[in-house]
Amino acid sequence: MEEQKYLKNVVTLEFYFIKCTGCGMCETVCPHSVFEVKEGKAHITERDLCMECGACAKNCPTEAIRVKAGVGCAGAIIMGALTGKEPTCGHSDDSKKSCCG
Amino acid sequence: MEETINKKYIIGFMDTEAGKIPKVPTALNIVDKWGTFRVRWSFNRMGYTVTPGIYAVGNPNRDSLVLVSANYKLSFDVLRQAIKGMDAYIMVIDTNGINVWCAAGKGTFGTSEIVNRIEITELKKLVNHWNIILPQLGAPGVSAYEVKRLSGFSVIYGPIRAVDIKAFINAGMKASKKMRQVRFSIYDRLLLVPMEIMSGLKYILWAAFITVLLSGFSKTVYSTTTAVIAGAHSVLILILAYLSGTIFGPLLLPWLPGRSFSFKGGILGLLLFAILCVTGFIGKNLIESIAWLFLIPAINSFIVMNFTGASTYTSLSGVRKEMRIAVPLQVIFAFIGIVLYVISRFI
Ligand code: SF4
Ligand code: SF4
Repeated sequence: MEEQKYLKNVVTLEFYFIKCTGCGMCETVCPHSVFEVKEGKAHITERDLCMECGACAKNCPTEAIRVKAGVGCAGAIIMGALTGKEPTCGHSDDSKKSCCG
Repeated sequence: MEETINKKYIIGFMDTEAGKIPKVPTALNIVDKWGTFRVRWSFNRMGYTVTPGIYAVGNPNRDSLVLVSANYKLSFDVLRQAIKGMDAYIMVIDTNGINVWCAAGKGTFGTSEIVNRIEITELKKLVNHWNIILPQLGAPGVSAYEVKRLSGFSVIYGPIRAVDIKAFINAGMKASKKMRQVRFSIYDRLLLVPMEIMSGLKYILWAAFITVLLSGFSKTVYSTTTAVIAGAHSVLILILAYLSGTIFGPLLLPWLPGRSFSFKGGILGLLLFAILCVTGFIGKNLIESIAWLFLIPAINSFIVMNFTGASTYTSLSGVRKEMRIAVPLQVIFAFIGIVLYVISRFI
């Protein structure tokens, strides 16, 4: 049960192979080992493991990765829907359940 | 008051070219431990902070490593314990007292705060090198090449868990694949249980109150005595449902069927319902039993769905997708459950 998997085929992760220089940054920052550099280029191993944290895109020097980053948190989505804002974790109300443990 | 208590972890100061720097030990004192315990149980979670700035561990010199931490006291404590026996600097950045990962998601553990903090603390004067070590989980908020461009310092992403830091350094700043992956082990989930229990307390009190009110109805009159007696039994079921969702939801997560959290929660609710039927807790009144058949899965589905926020592998797109189906179902189930419950009072 090492890697728990979430829903299939939902994530917004996009990878532009041509732009990649194989620097390896995405492999370093991804908390789910979605990227792996082989023969000078990054490859996506298992797309469904992506949690859309955005670390890879933010740290890719050649903008070869795009992902709509956000928090996978139902509480935040509910708050977001109520306040009309994008969901972020730990809204001011500190008794609210939040991802910020 | 809180401030002076919190500062108990500073054991002295060292003079450097970048000014006086507080020294901190690598072992927690009783005040630190008590604070950790309270925070785990959700008390004063937002106010548990460390003043941003540079701290010294051991006797660091101009060649010592600089490790970056959030100003959430728990993160800071975990880090200093992990570097026992080392001489290093900890640069605490201002994340409004929020842990690294969440702060990175919000962007407060981010490029500009790091660049600013490097300026404010005069890090350049303190060390001879141009490296700072960040926890990997800070990466969603930080752009390493931007930090380099703006401050001159190179970001090295360390391991995810502070306990691996020494191994990482000893391996020549290399993290194994395992050190790079978040886990969500049963122990990780167990640590989240207290917070889960605390998080919905307010709502469960309201639900209990409403349940007691509704329980007072009967064929003939509204009776407050019935409300309390019959209500107490229902409140107990409600509490059991709440505890099953907040305790067993997290603990049994990988073994509950399905991938969507709300589905897992629904199944957990059915399981609890079955147990309560077998043990005779539910079943004296058929309509009321059916009411619980709707209510308990709805409650558990909602609670476990909310656990997505604490999990380490759910994506925004995924949670959105499951909520589009789950939330309407939860509302319908809860509605049917409540209606049946009220009807059962009149039979
Ligand atoms: S960070 Fe970007 S350039 Fe570097 S390996 Fe990954 S995709 Fe390629
Ligand atoms: S968004 Fe996060 S989880 Fe997804 S591939 Fe990038 S680094 Fe990995």
